[in-house]
Amino acid sequence: MDLEYQLIIPEFVMAGLAVVVIAAALAFRNVDQKWFGYATAAALGIIAVVTAIAYWNTHDDFGNVLAVDHFTVLFRVFFLGIAFFTVLAAVQFAGDRLKNHAEFYGLIVFATLGMMLLAASRELLTAYLSLELLSFSFYILVGFNKLNPFSNEGSLKYMLLGAFSSALMLYGISLIYGVTGTTLYSGIEPDGVAAGRNIADQLASFGGFGGGVDPDGARPGLLIGLVLITAGLGFKVSAVPFHQWTPDAYQGAPLPITAFLSAGGKAAAFAFFLRLFTEAFLPAANEWVWFVGILAALTMIVGNLMALQQTNFKRLMAYSSISQVGYLLVGIVALNATNIAQSQDAASALVLHLIGYVTTNIAVFAAIIAFYNRTGRDDIVDLRGLAERQPFLAFSIAAALFSLAGMPLFAGFATKFIMFQAAFNNGFLWLGAIGVTASFVSLYYYLMVIKQMYLYEPEGADRERFHVSRPLAGALVVLVAGVLFIGLYPTPLFDVIHSSTESLFEQAAALSAAAVGK
Amino acid sequence: MDAGEALLLLLLIPGGAMLLTLFVPSRHVNVVRYIALITTIATLIDSIWIFAVYDFAEGGYQFDLQYPWIENIAFLGENGISLHLAVDGIAAPMVLLNGLVGFAGVLVSWKITHRVKDFFILFMALFTGVYGVYIGQDLFFWFFAYELAVLPMYLLIVIWGSTNKEYGAMKLTMVLVGGSVLIFIGIFAVFAEAGAGTFDMAVLREVNFGRSFANTFFPFFMIGCGILAGLFPFHTWSPDGHVAAPTAVSMLHAGVLMKLGAFGIIRLGMEILPAGTDFWMPVLLVLGGVAAVYGAISAIHQTDLKFVIGYSSVSHMGFVLMGLGTMNNIGVNGAVLQMFSHGVMTALFFAMVGGLYDQAHTRDIRVFGGLVRKMPLFVIFFGIAGLTSLGLPGLSGFVAEFHIFVGAIDTFPLFAALGILSAALTAIYVLRLMGRAALGPFNPRWESLKDLSRWEIAAAIVLIAPIIAMGVWPDPFIDRIAPTVADLPQVEQIGNLFTLSSLTGR
Repeated sequence: MDLEYQLIIPEFVMAGLAVVVIAAALAFRNVDQKWFGYATAAALGIIAVVTAIAYWNTHDDFGNVLAVDHFTVLFRVFFLGIAFFTVLAAVQFAGDRLKNHAEFYGLIVFATLGMMLLAASRELLTAYLSLELLSFSFYILVGFNKLNPFSNEGSLKYMLLGAFSSALMLYGISLIYGVTGTTLYSGIEPDGVAAGRNIADQLASFGGFGGGVDPDGARPGLLIGLVLITAGLGFKVSAVPFHQWTPDAYQGAPLPITAFLSAGGKAAAFAFFLRLFTEAFLPAANEWVWFVGILAALTMIVGNLMALQQTNFKRLMAYSSISQVGYLLVGIVALNATNIAQSQDAASALVLHLIGYVTTNIAVFAAIIAFYNRTGRDDIVDLRGLAERQPFLAFSIAAALFSLAGMPLFAGFATKFIMFQAAFNNGFLWLGAIGVTASFVSLYYYLMVIKQMYLYEPEGADRERFHVSRPLAGALVVLVAGVLFIGLYPTPLFDVIHSSTESLFEQAAALSAAAVGK
Repeated sequence: MDAGEALLLLLLIPGGAMLLTLFVPSRHVNVVRYIALITTIATLIDSIWIFAVYDFAEGGYQFDLQYPWIENIAFLGENGISLHLAVDGIAAPMVLLNGLVGFAGVLVSWKITHRVKDFFILFMALFTGVYGVYIGQDLFFWFFAYELAVLPMYLLIVIWGSTNKEYGAMKLTMVLVGGSVLIFIGIFAVFAEAGAGTFDMAVLREVNFGRSFANTFFPFFMIGCGILAGLFPFHTWSPDGHVAAPTAVSMLHAGVLMKLGAFGIIRLGMEILPAGTDFWMPVLLVLGGVAAVYGAISAIHQTDLKFVIGYSSVSHMGFVLMGLGTMNNIGVNGAVLQMFSHGVMTALFFAMVGGLYDQAHTRDIRVFGGLVRKMPLFVIFFGIAGLTSLGLPGLSGFVAEFHIFVGAIDTFPLFAALGILSAALTAIYVLRLMGRAALGPFNPRWESLKDLSRWEIAAAIVLIAPIIAMGVWPDPFIDRIAPTVADLPQVEQIGNLFTLSSLTGR
């Protein structure tokens, strides 16, 4: 088999970058450590731009296990962007509060590499390995502040539950393999014929389980496999009831890692989720929409209700991110086995919401990091009077929180609007209604934060106005502008996303076209 | 008539002023104030122009303007979400109302000294949002503007408010946003049911929604919007919110924001889902009647001036909902007239109370007495507002309430009686209030009070002019409102009242 190694050059470069950053720290011991951060950020930025330009028109696959299509390229650039902003926001934080900076940045790069591979994987074991690369990097990063007991606790909890969830998922994969005899998602030749045995093809050949037809007695094995994979993924994205590790890991992790975990980790897991459930599992959609729907409803409800009681900002954001996962799962529920165009709309809506959410979340965390750099505190009440001390930070946080609550002007409104409408169109009125109600509840706890910033005067010993470092302030301006832009005019971004999700449905579209042809 | 750009200006002027203010250093307080003043003068002129030029002989939607915004993505087809603006004979007076109250609001906000820049930025956001709701013809944009009008309230109350402001602000925001959740779900359902791939109201109005669908989703709009209009039993946010809010915000809030609710019932409920009116409008009539009486009785018991006016607003908005509930042309005409009349009247009330409170630092009715000796102008203006409120002929309240009662007698005589009863109760609390605070023995504690500032006098005159104009010559209003109301689906024609103008040809 001819393997076209040029397709995965960005991944090689990333692996090289991680090694170089770590090695460079050994070679240049006297250099101010912050330059490693800026150098890493610059490298990530350059890789992102070059990848976008060089690969956008590629449509190929690497030995059928990694696809390099619009979807992959979009997510490559997206993950690189997340890593870029995370590193940029982390530089001052790492300098003040962490040791071994180069390893810190190197691990971030490794995690990003895992994400990029995950989005490209179209084979279950490849995806699993990418996910593990990502998770292991995160286990270490969460515990990176090794003198802090919270950091250790979070890391340990995350690792134990993470290992458990990996085992679940692996078992699910083995069952799917047992039923279908393959781990490939899908694959079609240029002439529109399925290339060899693959999951989607096999599932489609079972021919609608809903009608009671179960020729090979495959249904139980398939169902358990699907449930186990969903549960494993549920752990990774922290969907209720698999969310227990999230608040502790978020609270224990160094702030930039919390940001990276909530943005990058989620985005990668959802890229995997989306590719798996569209390319491979779409023909069995009737089998899984209902339990993903229940998962979504539970996640939205529990996440929001738990968030109401939090006093620590990181824990609040942890529960808030759990509830956001619930909204994102609504996008998965909007997938439909027979109406391919509608499914693609749902997938695009999901990616759009994901990008909006991630941009917003990084904005919140970048602002909180700037605040933490100055004060070293992260309880909600510590934000008191921030509007007096640093109006720009307060404005950024307020704008981002309004966006998370789904208020107009900001990204959260437009993207949620489109995504819930997709669920409505797929007949899930009740789920959309829960989603809208849940967003309404979320407004309450976001307002509690905004109230602290705007209503009260600064308290405590440190009440002076303070400055935010230039790179961080610049990053924040870009992120908030992005949040507003997506909120006001999502069309261009959506068009890009829509052309990228097209590749997810190639086989499904070809199969349904063939069915119509008959 | 297609000078739609005039409508666009209503959004661009305050929206632009908001952005401009953002870049003014916050120490230049007067620059910020004058930007706000010039902005509201410009929008007022534009509003008056739109009201005047609206061609009532032609009727229907005019000044139509449509720009594509988000289209051809996902399930959105051509013009999926567009910036579609237009006014009809109901929106035209509302646009004028917002222009008047916004201008007066800036005048009385002149004395705000705490974080002036932030105040006017939020004020302009609210002001723009309200215009957007009145002129928007696209459900997505409409909802967007609706939220834009509601959200700044939280910060406006929390930062610049008084009495129990944290509680009042949070309650107000959560109840109103709770209402908009219902609207949101209703919008989704209407969009999906219509299957036209567009949120354009002009298209959705043409869709014939089935009776069972309409009956199911009409209450989403009726209650969702109704909450903002002080619909009983969801009205409790309103007095608390009014009391907590700073003067200008109370004015805008009671003056125009509560009208958005009633307006929403017309726009979303009566126009898009007319099949649901048969079943639900009687409910609205009953709830409106209850609110009218209940609000008036509650107002009698209050000792805080702002609470009196807050409950009085609930009572008067109850008239509006009652008028809508009659579903005949006279009643609905009256509801729209009352929206305008109550808007200017209550804004005047709050402006006057604000002027008193800033000096006296209390609003307790029991401690005032003989204010007329120190503040004659205050008493005159306050008295005019009070007399409008109790429906004195010659002032706008009479015209509006008379329509509503005539309409109600036709459909539901018992509730007409209830309405008239509550008008009588209004007389009790207004006259008692006047007798106690304005007249009566002078309390020497208030020796140091001064009369209204010139900004407040200007604001009062701006608001009193339309009250008297509508009271003595309601034709310009009725000319615009009546034909539009007559065109509303499902509204029964029971003849005309007052509409003597031959110009309408009806």
